Amino acid sequence: MSSSTPFALLANATSLPWLDVPQWPVKDFVRRTATELDRGARLCAWFGVPESAGARLVAVIAFDADNTLAVASSAPLDGSYPALTPTHPQAHLFEREVWEQHGLNPAGHPWLKPVRKNKGDAPTNREFFRVEGREIHEVAVGPIHAGVIEPGHFRFQCHGEEVLHLEIALGYQHRGIEEALANGPHLATMSQMETIGGDATIGHATSYAMVLEALAGAEAPLRAQWLRAVALELERLANHTGDLGALAGDVAFLPASAACGKLRGDFLNLTAVISGNRYGRGLIRPGGCRHDLEPPRANELEEKLRGALADVDEAAGWLWESNSVRSRFEGTGPVFTEQATALGLVGVAARASGLVRDVRFDHPAGWHRFGQVPVAVWPGGDVFARAKVRWLEIQRSGKFLKEQLAAPPEGEIRAENGPLAPDTLAVALVEGWRGEICHAALTDEQGRFRRYKITDPSFHNWIGLALAMRGQAISDFPICNKSFNLSYCGFDL
Amino acid sequence: MIAIETILHRLQRGSQTMSYPAGAAPALPDRHGGALRVDASKCAEGCKACVEVCPTHAITRPPGGTASLDLGRCIFCAACVETCPAKAITKTGDYRLAVRRREDLVLGQPGGEELRLAAALDGKLRRLFGRSLRLRVVSAGGCGGCEADTNVLGTIGWDLGRFGIQFVASPRHADGLLITGCVSKNMELALKKAWDAVPEPKIVIAVGACAIAGGPFVGHPQILNGAASIVPIDLFIPGCPPHPLTILDGLLRLLGRLGEERAK
Repeated sequence: MSSSTPFALLANATSLPWLDVPQWPVKDFVRRTATELDRGARLCAWFGVPESAGARLVAVIAFDADNTLAVASSAPLDGSYPALTPTHPQAHLFEREVWEQHGLNPAGHPWLKPVRKNKGDAPTNREFFRVEGREIHEVAVGPIHAGVIEPGHFRFQCHGEEVLHLEIALGYQHRGIEEALANGPHLATMSQMETIGGDATIGHATSYAMVLEALAGAEAPLRAQWLRAVALELERLANHTGDLGALAGDVAFLPASAACGKLRGDFLNLTAVISGNRYGRGLIRPGGCRHDLEPPRANELEEKLRGALADVDEAAGWLWESNSVRSRFEGTGPVFTEQATALGLVGVAARASGLVRDVRFDHPAGWHRFGQVPVAVWPGGDVFARAKVRWLEIQRSGKFLKEQLAAPPEGEIRAENGPLAPDTLAVALVEGWRGEICHAALTDEQGRFRRYKITDPSFHNWIGLALAMRGQAISDFPICNKSFNLSYCGFDL
Repeated sequence: MIAIETILHRLQRGSQTMSYPAGAAPALPDRHGGALRVDASKCAEGCKACVEVCPTHAITRPPGGTASLDLGRCIFCAACVETCPAKAITKTGDYRLAVRRREDLVLGQPGGEELRLAAALDGKLRRLFGRSLRLRVVSAGGCGGCEADTNVLGTIGWDLGRFGIQFVASPRHADGLLITGCVSKNMELALKKAWDAVPEPKIVIAVGACAIAGGPFVGHPQILNGAASIVPIDLFIPGCPPHPLTILDGLLRLLGRLGEERAK
């Protein structure tokens, strides 16, 4: 399928000269992107590159079945262009973002609003979508929520208990990460990559490191790639376990909630065995890793891992055997396969809607070229399916880690990453625990960042939560929200 | 079935809550490093190696002066520790990091090589909050890391409730705010409203490098470089994020609930 595309092909975690990226007039660019999406490609990123007048659009698409990515760009434009969103909803937020960042107006976009910019008091608070009627009421929640969690605003249109529509307005965590990357990398860039989303430090740091390595025409030593893969699965284990506990808590099933809450910390402590930091900060650097996992340390890690996995097995067992849990999970917050496809959902949310979609399998890079984690898929698209996919992934990540820790590659842990190639585009995808993390960098003639685009999986998936709530009781919002557990800061950047 | 199994399991496991602070504190991971110590008298003439590697500009060295490290800005990446040729900056392995005054986080000068750890609240505030403290957490422009490691104090291993400390849903029910994040401009209004809604007397605890000084994002035009420009801060807990033990130590220190505090 991909062989006949007019887009330029590139593999995950590789680069190509900017001159080799095809550039078409914007109408052709939108039309050709639409054609590729129609025949099965998926939009990984869609962003603007500033030009002396206006900006240029760039599309990074994935042909999952063909294990390849593809890129193309538009000629520079100013003003307006025909929107992709009306025919391809997966572009909806990307086009809003480009409008906000570069002033390019996607003509025909059905819901053109800011994404994360400050408009004087709070972000994005233009008119919310409203359902009118005598018995309709509106519920506004946030930005500050009841728990110890990040800020965001949820606006529900309800008829009694039933949610007719949910609109999610974010941007409260906006720290200007992408803006600060212009002319980078800077001294603070690595630390900022590690804090795009604190619970996805390994995922984002790995994407960034792979982008820089691709731009330098280098690869990290194999042992470093192995260690990154180990750390990525530990990150997945911690978060998935925490999510199962949170889901159990929301249906008042306290045994699993209490056990998983503690076990999540046990997994974080395993990452701290490697790097000293529970989130793996300071571990990944362009060119390799900063800490090694020496044999005694690996033994300690493996021993603790076995214990934690056995405990999760027990705690999750209670969850699946409990009828009350099943009855609360099953059928709640469904996202159908067609919807997940149309919206371009990624990660756990996509796989729980029956889509076989996993960067580790579709676009293996780094250590995943040599060591595979089977893709965990479950049909149904409901809270149960999203919990089940997490549970399958906990087991498979656990098995993968045991295999990997038993057979570590030898060698160096870090190599010097050379200067970045000028006028070059690099793309790196990593299957973070929430889903596909996409980093794309374009360098200028000096090899500095001309544009750096970060797409957190939450950017694709928040709309999935909004859709899952349609027709549900508003009292089921917490459990639906936890079943997605999306990142505010990863979205807000 | 489930009920019996889980009850049996609970009986087998017994209490999983750590004995700290009555018993010893759990060990930090060996690579964690804990608090840093700066002995600026070791600084070589004209050396700025640490200043040049610090991603958050936490280290300064004025011409003719010696290096000074602001642990409020520090994200504990330890690049300076690795770089310093004179070993003037070292890891102490100490989990205790909380201070009451911003200037107590600045290390380097003679007598100020290490942190000046927080003293307890005094008089009326300690009588009011010492045995019961309700906090409203405001997450304002961070990465979620500090929130996660604050949240973990509620799990069975840490059991924050045994100290009478609780996170509440409404600022109206709170004795103060626990703030995380560098305070994005987009959260400025919400933070002000939350602060205004907390009844007097009230306290503020800033958790993490972001809330103290902006963290990895310091200097970005989209943020306010921490909470201090909006609210008065009573306790600073540095880290990126601080280890849960560091946060708990800070809270207990503030309330005068640690043995060493009582002994004084």
